[in-house]
Amino acid sequence: MLDDFFTRALVAGIGVALVAGPLGCFIVWRRMAYFGDTLSHAALLGVALSLLLSINTTLAVGAVSVVIAMLLVLLRRNDTLSSDALLGLLSHSALALGLVCLAFMTWVRVDLLGLLFGDILAVTRIDIALIYAGGGIVLMVLALIWRQLFAATVSPDLAAGEGLRPERTELIFMILTAIVIAISLKIIGALLITALLIIPAAAVRRLSATPEQMAVLAAIIGSASVVGGLYASLNYDTPSGPSIVVAAVVLFTLSLVPGGLLVKWMRTNRSGDQP
Amino acid sequence: MTKSETSLVKLDRAGIQKGTDWLVRGVDLSVEAGEIVTLIGPNGSGKSTTAKMALGIMKPNEGRAVRSRGLTVGYVPQKLSIDWTLPLSVRRFLRLTNPLTDAECVEALEKTGAKRLIDAEMRSLSGGELQRVMLARAIARAPGLLVLDEPVQGVDYAGEIAIYDLISEIRGTLGCGILMISHDLHVVMAAADQVICLNGHVCCRGTPSDVSQNVNYQALFGARSGTALAVYEHHHDHVHLPGGKVQHIDGSLCSDCLGEHHEHDHGDDGAEVQLERQNAR
Repeated sequence: MLDDFFTRALVAGIGVALVAGPLGCFIVWRRMAYFGDTLSHAALLGVALSLLLSINTTLAVGAVSVVIAMLLVLLRRNDTLSSDALLGLLSHSALALGLVCLAFMTWVRVDLLGLLFGDILAVTRIDIALIYAGGGIVLMVLALIWRQLFAATVSPDLAAGEGLRPERTELIFMILTAIVIAISLKIIGALLITALLIIPAAAVRRLSATPEQMAVLAAIIGSASVVGGLYASLNYDTPSGPSIVVAAVVLFTLSLVPGGLLVKWMRTNRSGDQP
Repeated sequence: MTKSETSLVKLDRAGIQKGTDWLVRGVDLSVEAGEIVTLIGPNGSGKSTTAKMALGIMKPNEGRAVRSRGLTVGYVPQKLSIDWTLPLSVRRFLRLTNPLTDAECVEALEKTGAKRLIDAEMRSLSGGELQRVMLARAIARAPGLLVLDEPVQGVDYAGEIAIYDLISEIRGTLGCGILMISHDLHVVMAAADQVICLNGHVCCRGTPSDVSQNVNYQALFGARSGTALAVYEHHHDHVHLPGGKVQHIDGSLCSDCLGEHHEHDHGDDGAEVQLERQNAR
Protein backbone atom coordinates (compact mmCIF):
# COMPACT_ATOMS: atom_id res chain seq x y z
CA MET A 1 0.00 0.00 0.00
CA LEU A 2 2.84 2.34 0.86
CA ASP A 3 4.43 1.82 -2.56
CA ASP A 4 2.46 4.69 -3.97
CA PHE A 5 4.10 8.05 -3.16
CA PHE A 6 0.74 9.71 -2.78
CA THR A 7 -0.51 7.15 -0.26
CA ARG A 8 2.72 7.63 1.66
CA ALA A 9 2.16 11.39 1.70
CA LEU A 10 -1.44 10.94 2.89
CA VAL A 11 -0.48 8.56 5.69
CA ALA A 12 2.39 10.81 6.77
CA GLY A 13 0.32 13.99 6.55
CA ILE A 14 -2.55 12.58 8.60
CA GLY A 15 -0.06 11.35 11.19
CA VAL A 16 1.33 14.87 11.48
CA ALA A 17 -2.13 16.46 11.68
CA LEU A 18 -3.27 14.10 14.44
CA VAL A 19 -0.42 15.30 16.64
CA ALA A 20 -0.43 18.93 15.50
CA GLY A 21 -4.11 19.40 16.42
CA PRO A 22 -3.92 18.91 20.19
CA LEU A 23 -0.50 20.54 20.44
CA GLY A 24 -1.68 23.46 18.31
CA CYS A 25 -4.54 24.10 20.73
CA PHE A 26 -2.02 24.77 23.48
CA ILE A 27 0.02 26.97 21.13
CA VAL A 28 -3.10 29.05 20.50
CA TRP A 29 -4.26 29.12 24.14
CA ARG A 30 -0.81 30.08 25.32
CA ARG A 31 -0.33 32.67 22.54
CA MET A 32 2.87 31.02 21.40
CA ALA A 33 2.38 31.18 17.63
CA TYR A 34 5.59 33.08 17.15
CA PHE A 35 7.44 30.48 19.16
CA GLY A 36 6.28 27.84 16.66
CA ASP A 37 7.51 30.05 13.84
CA THR A 38 10.90 30.42 15.47
CA LEU A 39 11.33 26.68 15.84
CA SER A 40 10.25 25.98 12.28
CA HIS A 41 12.59 28.58 10.83
CA ALA A 42 15.38 27.09 12.85
CA ALA A 43 14.55 23.80 11.15
CA LEU A 44 16.48 25.03 8.10
CA LEU A 45 19.61 25.12 10.21
CA GLY A 46 18.85 21.54 11.21
CA VAL A 47 18.62 20.52 7.56
CA ALA A 48 21.98 22.13 6.81
CA LEU A 49 23.57 20.32 9.75
CA SER A 50 22.08 17.00 8.71
CA LEU A 51 23.63 17.38 5.25
CA LEU A 52 26.95 18.48 6.67
CA LEU A 53 27.16 15.56 9.10
CA SER A 54 25.17 13.18 6.87
CA ILE A 55 22.69 12.17 9.56
CA ASN A 56 18.92 11.75 9.35
CA THR A 57 17.21 15.08 8.61
CA THR A 58 14.34 14.63 11.06
CA LEU A 59 16.70 13.80 13.91
CA ALA A 60 18.96 16.77 13.14
CA VAL A 61 16.01 19.16 12.85
CA GLY A 62 14.56 17.83 16.09
CA ALA A 63 17.87 18.29 17.89
CA VAL A 64 18.32 21.87 16.62
CA SER A 65 14.73 22.76 17.57
CA VAL A 66 15.18 21.39 21.08
CA VAL A 67 18.40 23.38 21.48
CA ILE A 68 16.67 26.56 20.28
CA ALA A 69 13.77 25.97 22.69
CA MET A 70 16.11 25.55 25.63
CA LEU A 71 18.18 28.55 24.55
CA LEU A 72 15.01 30.59 24.56
CA VAL A 73 14.11 29.49 28.09
CA LEU A 74 17.63 30.36 29.29
CA LEU A 75 17.74 33.76 27.58
CA ARG A 76 14.29 34.65 28.85
CA ARG A 77 15.42 34.10 32.43
CA ASN A 78 18.08 36.79 32.03
CA ASP A 79 15.53 39.48 31.21
CA THR A 80 17.87 41.02 28.65
CA LEU A 81 15.39 41.33 25.80
CA SER A 82 11.63 41.03 25.66
CA SER A 83 10.27 37.64 24.77
CA ASP A 84 9.14 38.49 21.24
CA ALA A 85 12.38 40.30 20.42
CA LEU A 86 14.27 37.19 21.56
CA LEU A 87 12.06 35.00 19.38
CA GLY A 88 12.67 37.24 16.38
CA LEU A 89 16.39 37.19 17.00
CA LEU A 90 16.58 33.42 17.28
CA SER A 91 14.14 32.80 14.44
CA HIS A 92 15.85 34.89 11.83
CA SER A 93 19.42 34.20 12.83
CA ALA A 94 18.75 30.45 12.64
CA LEU A 95 16.96 30.80 9.29
CA ALA A 96 19.72 32.96 7.82
CA LEU A 97 22.46 30.74 9.22
CA GLY A 98 20.74 27.68 7.75
CA LEU A 99 20.40 29.25 4.30
CA VAL A 100 24.00 30.46 4.29
CA CYS A 101 25.26 27.02 5.32
CA LEU A 102 23.23 25.38 2.56
CA ALA A 103 24.67 27.80 0.01
CA PHE A 104 28.23 27.03 1.13
CA MET A 105 27.77 23.30 0.66
CA THR A 106 28.20 23.37 -3.09
CA TRP A 107 28.71 19.63 -3.21
CA VAL A 108 25.11 18.91 -2.25
CA ARG A 109 22.10 19.88 -4.25
CA VAL A 110 19.20 20.82 -2.03
CA ASP A 111 15.66 21.33 -3.13
CA LEU A 112 15.22 24.58 -1.22
CA LEU A 113 11.62 25.04 -2.32
CA GLY A 114 10.82 21.55 -1.06
CA LEU A 115 12.32 22.41 2.32
CA LEU A 116 10.49 25.70 2.60
CA PHE A 117 7.11 24.60 1.29
CA GLY A 118 7.00 20.83 1.70
CA ASP A 119 7.34 18.11 -0.91
CA ILE A 120 5.02 15.13 -0.96
CA LEU A 121 7.29 13.28 -3.35
CA ALA A 122 10.02 13.21 -0.74
CA VAL A 123 8.13 11.21 1.90
CA THR A 124 9.79 7.85 2.52
CA ARG A 125 8.79 4.84 4.61
CA ILE A 126 11.37 5.84 7.19
CA ASP A 127 9.74 9.26 7.43
CA ILE A 128 6.39 7.59 8.07
CA ALA A 129 7.90 5.40 10.77
CA LEU A 130 9.46 8.47 12.39
CA ILE A 131 6.22 10.45 12.20
CA TYR A 132 4.16 7.71 13.85
CA ALA A 133 6.79 6.78 16.45
CA GLY A 134 7.60 10.42 17.27
CA GLY A 135 3.97 11.47 17.09
CA GLY A 136 2.89 8.61 19.35
CA ILE A 137 5.47 9.59 21.96
CA VAL A 138 4.45 13.25 21.74
CA LEU A 139 0.77 12.41 22.28
CA MET A 140 1.57 10.11 25.17
CA VAL A 141 3.70 12.71 26.94
CA LEU A 142 1.09 15.38 26.24
CA ALA A 143 -1.58 13.19 27.84
CA LEU A 144 0.65 12.73 30.89
CA ILE A 145 1.30 16.44 31.39
CA TRP A 146 -2.14 17.55 30.17
CA ARG A 147 -3.58 18.50 33.54
CA GLN A 148 -0.49 20.37 34.70
CA LEU A 149 0.03 22.09 31.36
CA PHE A 150 -3.59 23.14 31.31
CA ALA A 151 -3.34 24.65 34.79
CA ALA A 152 -0.13 26.45 33.79
CA THR A 153 -1.87 27.78 30.68
CA VAL A 154 -4.76 29.26 32.65
CA SER A 155 -2.41 30.85 35.17
CA PRO A 156 1.26 30.01 35.71
CA ASP A 157 1.23 31.85 39.04
CA LEU A 158 -1.77 29.92 40.25
CA ALA A 159 -0.22 26.61 39.24
CA ALA A 160 3.08 27.47 40.92
CA GLY A 161 1.38 28.82 44.03
CA GLU A 162 -0.61 25.63 44.47
CA GLY A 163 2.35 23.31 44.23
CA LEU A 164 2.58 22.43 40.53
CA ARG A 165 5.75 23.10 38.60
CA PRO A 166 4.71 25.14 35.56
CA GLU A 167 8.25 25.93 34.38
CA ARG A 168 9.15 22.28 34.04
CA THR A 169 5.84 21.50 32.34
CA GLU A 170 6.35 24.37 29.89
CA LEU A 171 9.83 23.16 28.99
CA ILE A 172 8.46 19.69 28.24
CA PHE A 173 5.76 21.29 26.09
CA MET A 174 8.37 23.27 24.13
CA ILE A 175 10.34 20.10 23.47
CA LEU A 176 7.17 18.36 22.24
CA THR A 177 6.57 21.26 19.87
CA ALA A 178 10.13 20.95 18.60
CA ILE A 179 9.58 17.24 17.86
CA VAL A 180 6.34 17.91 15.98
CA ILE A 181 8.03 20.56 13.87
CA ALA A 182 10.84 18.16 13.02
CA ILE A 183 8.45 15.45 11.85
CA SER A 184 6.27 17.88 9.87
CA LEU A 185 9.08 19.46 7.87
CA LYS A 186 8.84 17.30 4.76
CA ILE A 187 5.06 17.50 4.48
CA ILE A 188 4.43 21.16 5.25
CA GLY A 189 7.79 22.84 4.80
CA ALA A 190 9.62 25.07 7.25
CA LEU A 191 7.76 28.28 6.46
CA LEU A 192 4.26 26.96 7.03
CA ILE A 193 4.45 24.41 9.85
CA THR A 194 2.98 26.84 12.37
CA ALA A 195 -0.12 27.13 10.18
CA LEU A 196 -0.96 23.45 10.68
CA LEU A 197 -0.62 23.97 14.42
CA ILE A 198 -2.73 27.09 14.64
CA ILE A 199 -5.39 27.13 11.92
CA PRO A 200 -7.17 23.84 12.79
CA ALA A 201 -7.29 24.87 16.45
CA ALA A 202 -8.69 28.28 15.51
CA ALA A 203 -11.23 26.68 13.17
CA VAL A 204 -12.79 24.45 15.83
CA ARG A 205 -12.89 26.97 18.66
CA ARG A 206 -16.56 27.81 18.16
CA LEU A 207 -17.53 24.16 17.93
CA SER A 208 -15.89 23.09 21.16
CA ALA A 209 -17.32 23.15 24.66
CA THR A 210 -14.31 21.70 26.46
CA PRO A 211 -10.55 21.87 25.92
CA GLU A 212 -10.35 18.13 25.22
CA GLN A 213 -13.11 18.35 22.63
CA MET A 214 -11.25 21.18 20.95
CA ALA A 215 -8.06 19.11 20.82
CA VAL A 216 -9.82 16.15 19.18
CA LEU A 217 -11.72 18.33 16.69
CA ALA A 218 -8.51 20.17 15.78
CA ALA A 219 -6.87 16.83 14.97
CA ILE A 220 -9.84 15.91 12.74
CA ILE A 221 -9.93 19.27 10.92
CA GLY A 222 -6.15 19.10 10.50
CA SER A 223 -6.43 15.66 8.92
CA ALA A 224 -9.19 16.89 6.60
CA SER A 225 -6.96 19.79 5.55
CA VAL A 226 -4.13 17.37 4.82
CA VAL A 227 -6.34 15.16 2.65
CA GLY A 228 -7.87 18.13 0.79
CA GLY A 229 -4.54 19.88 0.38
CA LEU A 230 -2.65 16.84 -0.84
CA TYR A 231 -5.31 16.03 -3.46
CA ALA A 232 -5.16 19.62 -4.66
CA SER A 233 -1.40 19.46 -4.70
CA LEU A 234 -1.53 16.33 -6.87
CA ASN A 235 -4.15 17.68 -9.28
CA TYR A 236 -2.84 21.21 -9.72
CA ASP A 237 0.84 20.45 -9.26
CA THR A 238 1.16 22.90 -6.37
CA PRO A 239 3.62 22.48 -3.49
CA SER A 240 2.06 20.33 -0.76
CA GLY A 241 2.58 22.66 2.20
CA PRO A 242 0.77 25.73 0.86
CA SER A 243 -2.02 23.53 -0.53
CA ILE A 244 -2.66 21.99 2.90
CA VAL A 245 -2.62 25.41 4.53
CA VAL A 246 -5.06 26.79 1.94
CA ALA A 247 -7.39 23.85 2.64
CA ALA A 248 -7.16 24.58 6.37
CA VAL A 249 -7.91 28.26 5.78
CA VAL A 250 -10.98 27.31 3.75
CA LEU A 251 -12.23 25.17 6.65
CA PHE A 252 -11.47 27.99 9.08
CA THR A 253 -13.45 30.46 6.96
CA LEU A 254 -16.39 28.05 6.87
CA SER A 255 -16.28 27.85 10.67
CA LEU A 256 -16.76 31.61 10.85
CA VAL A 257 -20.13 31.48 9.11
CA PRO A 258 -22.76 31.14 11.83
CA GLY A 259 -25.07 28.19 11.18
CA GLY A 260 -28.20 30.25 11.89
CA LEU A 261 -27.11 32.94 9.48
CA LEU A 262 -26.69 30.42 6.68
CA VAL A 263 -30.21 29.05 7.19
CA LYS A 264 -31.66 32.56 7.36
CA TRP A 265 -29.85 33.61 4.20
CA MET A 266 -31.23 30.62 2.32
CA ARG A 267 -34.76 31.31 3.61
CA THR A 268 -34.75 35.00 2.70
CA ASN A 269 -33.45 34.15 -0.75
CA ARG A 270 -36.19 31.61 -1.25
CA SER A 271 -38.94 33.96 -0.01
CA GLY A 272 -37.44 36.68 -2.21
CA ASP A 273 -38.06 34.49 -5.24
CA GLN A 274 -41.76 34.30 -4.48
CA PRO A 275 -43.86 37.01 -6.07
CA MET B 1 6.83 25.54 70.82
CA THR B 2 7.81 28.93 69.50
CA LYS B 3 5.67 30.88 67.12
CA SER B 4 7.89 30.23 64.12
CA GLU B 5 7.43 26.48 64.38
CA THR B 6 3.67 26.69 64.10
CA SER B 7 3.55 29.27 61.32
CA LEU B 8 1.95 28.19 58.08
CA VAL B 9 4.29 30.51 56.26
CA LYS B 10 7.05 32.72 57.47
CA LEU B 11 9.14 35.32 55.70
CA ASP B 12 12.39 36.24 57.37
CA ARG B 13 13.99 39.50 56.16
CA ALA B 14 12.95 38.41 52.68
CA GLY B 15 13.56 40.55 49.61
CA ILE B 16 13.42 40.31 45.81
CA GLN B 17 15.88 42.12 43.59
CA LYS B 18 15.23 42.85 39.95
CA GLY B 19 18.28 44.16 38.13
CA THR B 20 19.76 46.63 40.55
CA ASP B 21 16.44 47.57 42.15
CA TRP B 22 14.81 45.94 45.11
CA LEU B 23 11.12 45.32 44.49
CA VAL B 24 10.70 44.72 48.17
CA ARG B 25 13.20 44.13 50.92
CA GLY B 26 13.46 43.12 54.54
CA VAL B 27 9.96 41.73 54.94
CA ASP B 28 9.24 39.85 58.14
CA LEU B 29 5.90 38.21 58.17
CA SER B 30 4.21 35.11 59.48
CA VAL B 31 0.73 33.71 59.11
CA GLU B 32 -0.63 31.35 61.75
CA ALA B 33 -3.59 29.02 61.39
CA GLY B 34 -6.81 30.95 61.90
CA GLU B 35 -5.14 34.30 61.43
CA ILE B 36 -5.91 36.94 58.82
CA VAL B 37 -2.96 39.05 57.74
CA THR B 38 -3.65 41.92 55.36
CA LEU B 39 -1.02 43.59 53.22
CA ILE B 40 -1.73 47.13 52.16
CA GLY B 41 0.36 49.70 50.35
CA PRO B 42 0.40 51.91 47.26
CA ASN B 43 0.91 50.60 43.71
CA GLY B 44 4.34 49.08 43.24
CA SER B 45 4.95 48.78 46.96
CA GLY B 46 5.70 45.05 46.67
CA LYS B 47 2.43 43.56 47.92
CA SER B 48 2.04 40.99 45.16
CA THR B 49 5.77 40.26 45.22
CA THR B 50 5.57 39.60 48.94
CA ALA B 51 2.63 37.27 48.43
CA LYS B 52 4.53 35.44 45.68
CA MET B 53 7.47 34.94 48.00
CA ALA B 54 5.13 33.53 50.62
CA LEU B 55 3.67 31.18 47.99
CA GLY B 56 7.04 30.07 46.69
CA ILE B 57 6.36 31.42 43.18
CA MET B 58 9.33 33.76 43.58
CA LYS B 59 12.44 32.82 45.49
CA PRO B 60 13.77 35.58 47.74
CA ASN B 61 17.22 36.89 46.74
CA GLU B 62 17.80 37.78 50.35
CA GLY B 63 16.39 36.31 53.55
CA ARG B 64 14.17 33.24 53.71
CA ALA B 65 10.65 32.09 52.96
CA VAL B 66 9.51 28.97 54.81
CA ARG B 67 6.21 27.14 54.44
CA SER B 68 5.13 24.38 56.78
CA ARG B 69 5.34 20.89 55.35
CA GLY B 70 2.38 19.42 53.49
CA LEU B 71 0.59 22.75 53.45
CA THR B 72 -2.35 22.97 51.03
CA VAL B 73 -2.50 26.43 49.51
CA GLY B 74 -5.49 28.09 47.92
CA TYR B 75 -4.46 31.03 45.78
CA VAL B 76 -6.52 33.75 44.17
CA PRO B 77 -4.10 35.54 41.84
CA GLN B 78 -4.58 39.13 40.77
CA LYS B 79 -5.41 38.15 37.23
CA LEU B 80 -5.74 35.16 34.94
CA SER B 81 -4.45 34.98 31.40
CA ILE B 82 -7.21 33.00 29.75
CA ASP B 83 -7.11 33.40 25.98
CA TRP B 84 -10.54 33.85 24.39
CA THR B 85 -9.97 30.70 22.33
CA LEU B 86 -9.77 28.54 25.44
CA PRO B 87 -13.12 26.85 26.11
CA LEU B 88 -13.22 26.82 29.90
CA SER B 89 -16.36 26.52 31.95
CA VAL B 90 -16.52 27.59 35.57
CA ARG B 91 -17.02 23.96 36.59
CA ARG B 92 -13.86 22.96 34.79
CA PHE B 93 -11.97 25.91 36.23
CA LEU B 94 -12.88 24.83 39.76
CA ARG B 95 -11.21 21.49 39.01
CA LEU B 96 -8.05 23.08 37.67
CA THR B 97 -5.61 21.90 40.32
CA ASN B 98 -7.66 19.36 42.24
CA PRO B 99 -10.34 16.81 41.39
CA LEU B 100 -13.77 17.82 42.72
CA THR B 101 -17.19 16.21 42.56
CA ASP B 102 -20.10 18.19 41.14
CA ALA B 103 -21.52 18.55 44.65
CA GLU B 104 -18.27 20.05 45.90
CA CYS B 105 -18.24 22.51 42.99
CA VAL B 106 -21.79 23.62 43.75
CA GLU B 107 -21.07 23.91 47.45
CA ALA B 108 -18.02 26.11 46.92
CA LEU B 109 -19.84 28.35 44.45
CA GLU B 110 -22.80 28.61 46.79
CA LYS B 111 -20.53 29.97 49.48
CA THR B 112 -19.30 32.79 47.27
CA GLY B 113 -22.74 33.50 45.84
CA ALA B 114 -21.83 32.36 42.35
CA LYS B 115 -23.79 29.12 42.09
CA ARG B 116 -25.74 30.20 39.01
CA LEU B 117 -22.45 30.62 37.14
CA ILE B 118 -21.45 26.97 37.32
CA ASP B 119 -21.92 26.30 33.60
CA ALA B 120 -20.88 29.76 32.43
CA GLU B 121 -17.82 30.30 30.27
CA MET B 122 -14.92 31.85 32.18
CA ARG B 123 -14.35 34.53 29.57
CA SER B 124 -17.96 35.72 29.77
CA LEU B 125 -17.68 36.55 33.48
CA SER B 126 -17.61 40.12 34.72
CA GLY B 127 -14.80 41.24 37.00
CA GLY B 128 -16.84 40.71 40.15
CA GLU B 129 -18.14 37.31 39.05
CA LEU B 130 -14.61 36.22 38.23
CA GLN B 131 -13.46 37.13 41.73
CA ARG B 132 -16.27 35.07 43.28
CA VAL B 133 -15.45 32.10 41.08
CA MET B 134 -11.71 32.32 41.80
CA LEU B 135 -12.45 32.53 45.51
CA ALA B 136 -14.76 29.50 45.27
CA ARG B 137 -12.00 27.52 43.54
CA ALA B 138 -9.48 28.39 46.22
CA ILE B 139 -11.90 27.51 49.05
CA ALA B 140 -12.86 24.20 47.45
CA ARG B 141 -9.31 22.95 47.96
CA ALA B 142 -9.92 23.13 51.73
CA PRO B 143 -6.65 25.01 52.05
CA GLY B 144 -4.52 25.39 55.16
CA LEU B 145 -3.39 28.74 53.81
CA LEU B 146 -5.46 31.01 51.62
CA VAL B 147 -3.65 33.73 49.70
CA LEU B 148 -5.90 36.37 48.20
CA ASP B 149 -4.46 39.00 45.88
CA GLU B 150 -7.02 41.80 45.85
CA PRO B 151 -10.08 39.55 46.24
CA VAL B 152 -12.61 42.34 45.76
CA GLN B 153 -11.29 44.06 42.64
CA GLY B 154 -14.17 44.74 40.28
CA VAL B 155 -16.73 43.71 42.89
CA ASP B 156 -19.43 46.25 43.65
CA TYR B 157 -19.67 47.80 47.09
CA ALA B 158 -22.38 45.51 48.45
CA GLY B 159 -20.53 42.50 47.09
CA GLU B 160 -17.32 43.70 48.70
CA ILE B 161 -18.84 43.51 52.15
CA ALA B 162 -20.30 40.08 51.39
CA ILE B 163 -16.91 38.81 50.29
CA TYR B 164 -15.12 40.24 53.31
CA ASP B 165 -17.73 38.63 55.54
CA LEU B 166 -17.28 35.38 53.68
CA ILE B 167 -13.51 35.54 54.15
CA SER B 168 -13.81 35.84 57.91
CA GLU B 169 -16.41 33.07 57.86
CA ILE B 170 -14.03 30.82 55.94
CA ARG B 171 -11.35 31.50 58.48
CA GLY B 172 -13.79 30.27 61.11
CA THR B 173 -15.02 27.15 59.29
CA LEU B 174 -11.78 26.00 57.66
CA GLY B 175 -9.53 27.31 60.42
CA CYS B 176 -7.06 28.31 57.75
CA GLY B 177 -4.60 31.16 57.80
CA ILE B 178 -5.32 33.95 55.31
CA LEU B 179 -2.84 36.27 53.66
CA MET B 180 -4.70 38.97 51.84
CA ILE B 181 -3.71 41.90 49.69
CA SER B 182 -5.93 44.91 49.64
CA HIS B 183 -5.11 47.79 47.39
CA ASP B 184 -8.18 49.66 48.45
CA LEU B 185 -6.40 51.36 51.31
CA HIS B 186 -9.54 52.53 52.95
CA VAL B 187 -11.30 49.23 53.23
CA VAL B 188 -9.08 47.32 55.56
CA MET B 189 -10.72 44.10 56.23
CA ALA B 190 -12.88 43.96 59.27
CA ALA B 191 -11.52 40.88 60.92
CA ALA B 192 -7.87 41.34 60.02
CA ASP B 193 -5.72 40.40 62.99
CA GLN B 194 -2.68 42.04 61.57
CA VAL B 195 -2.22 44.72 58.94
CA ILE B 196 1.16 45.14 57.32
CA CYS B 197 1.67 48.33 55.40
CA LEU B 198 4.27 47.98 52.66
CA ASN B 199 6.16 50.54 50.66
CA GLY B 200 9.13 48.62 49.33
CA HIS B 201 9.74 47.67 52.94
CA VAL B 202 7.51 47.18 55.96
CA CYS B 203 6.32 50.68 56.68
CA CYS B 204 4.29 49.83 59.76
CA ARG B 205 2.27 46.97 61.16
CA GLY B 206 -0.33 46.21 63.79
CA THR B 207 -4.09 45.88 64.20
CA PRO B 208 -6.23 47.80 61.68
CA SER B 209 -6.85 50.66 64.08
CA ASP B 210 -3.20 50.79 65.15
CA VAL B 211 -2.09 51.11 61.57
CA SER B 212 -4.64 53.75 60.68
CA GLN B 213 -3.33 55.91 63.50
CA ASN B 214 0.31 55.25 62.66
CA VAL B 215 2.34 58.30 61.61
CA ASN B 216 4.11 56.38 58.86
CA TYR B 217 0.81 55.19 57.42
CA GLN B 218 -0.60 58.69 57.48
CA ALA B 219 2.57 60.06 55.90
CA LEU B 220 2.28 57.49 53.12
CA PHE B 221 -1.39 57.89 52.37
CA GLY B 222 -2.10 61.37 53.65
CA ALA B 223 -3.53 62.42 57.00
CA ARG B 224 -7.12 62.06 55.87
CA SER B 225 -6.69 58.37 55.34
CA GLY B 226 -6.52 57.99 59.10
CA THR B 227 -9.93 59.48 59.52
CA ALA B 228 -11.35 57.49 56.65
CA LEU B 229 -10.76 54.31 58.55
CA ALA B 230 -13.47 53.96 61.07
CA VAL B 231 -14.17 51.09 63.36
CA TYR B 232 -17.75 50.14 62.87
CA GLU B 233 -20.19 47.34 63.52
CA HIS B 234 -22.27 46.73 60.51
CA HIS B 235 -25.86 45.79 60.37
CA HIS B 236 -26.48 43.74 57.29
CA ASP B 237 -27.40 40.11 57.15
CA HIS B 238 -28.00 40.31 53.45
CA VAL B 239 -26.94 42.29 50.43
CA HIS B 240 -28.78 43.40 47.34
CA LEU B 241 -27.30 42.03 44.16
CA PRO B 242 -27.67 43.62 40.76
CA GLY B 243 -30.88 42.42 39.17
CA GLY B 244 -32.88 42.77 42.37
CA LYS B 245 -31.81 39.49 43.96
CA VAL B 246 -30.94 39.32 47.57
CA GLN B 247 -28.04 37.36 48.89
CA HIS B 248 -27.84 36.41 52.52
CA ILE B 249 -24.64 36.20 54.44
CA ASP B 250 -24.72 32.44 54.19
CA GLY B 251 -24.59 32.83 50.42
CA SER B 252 -28.19 31.81 49.70
CA LEU B 253 -30.14 33.82 47.18
CA CYS B 254 -33.78 34.87 47.11
CA SER B 255 -35.79 37.18 44.92
CA ASP B 256 -36.37 39.85 47.56
CA CYS B 257 -35.47 40.50 51.14
CA LEU B 258 -38.96 39.82 52.57
CA GLY B 259 -38.88 42.78 54.91
CA GLU B 260 -35.81 41.53 56.63
CA HIS B 261 -34.23 44.91 57.09
CA HIS B 262 -33.85 44.28 60.77
CA GLU B 263 -30.53 45.00 62.30
CA HIS B 264 -28.34 42.78 64.34
CA ASP B 265 -24.81 42.88 65.59
CA HIS B 266 -22.38 40.24 64.70
CA GLY B 267 -21.34 38.16 67.64
CA ASP B 268 -17.64 38.33 66.91
CA ASP B 269 -15.23 40.64 68.55
CA GLY B 270 -16.36 43.70 66.71
CA ALA B 271 -13.00 44.71 65.37
CA GLU B 272 -14.67 45.51 62.11
CA VAL B 273 -13.28 48.37 60.23
CA GLN B 274 -14.77 49.76 57.13
CA LEU B 275 -14.61 52.67 54.84
CA GLU B 276 -16.80 55.63 55.07
CA ARG B 277 -16.51 56.38 51.42
CA GLN B 278 -17.67 59.91 51.54
CA ASN B 279 -14.75 60.76 53.82
CA ALA B 280 -12.35 59.11 51.51
CA ARG B 281 -13.15 61.30 48.58
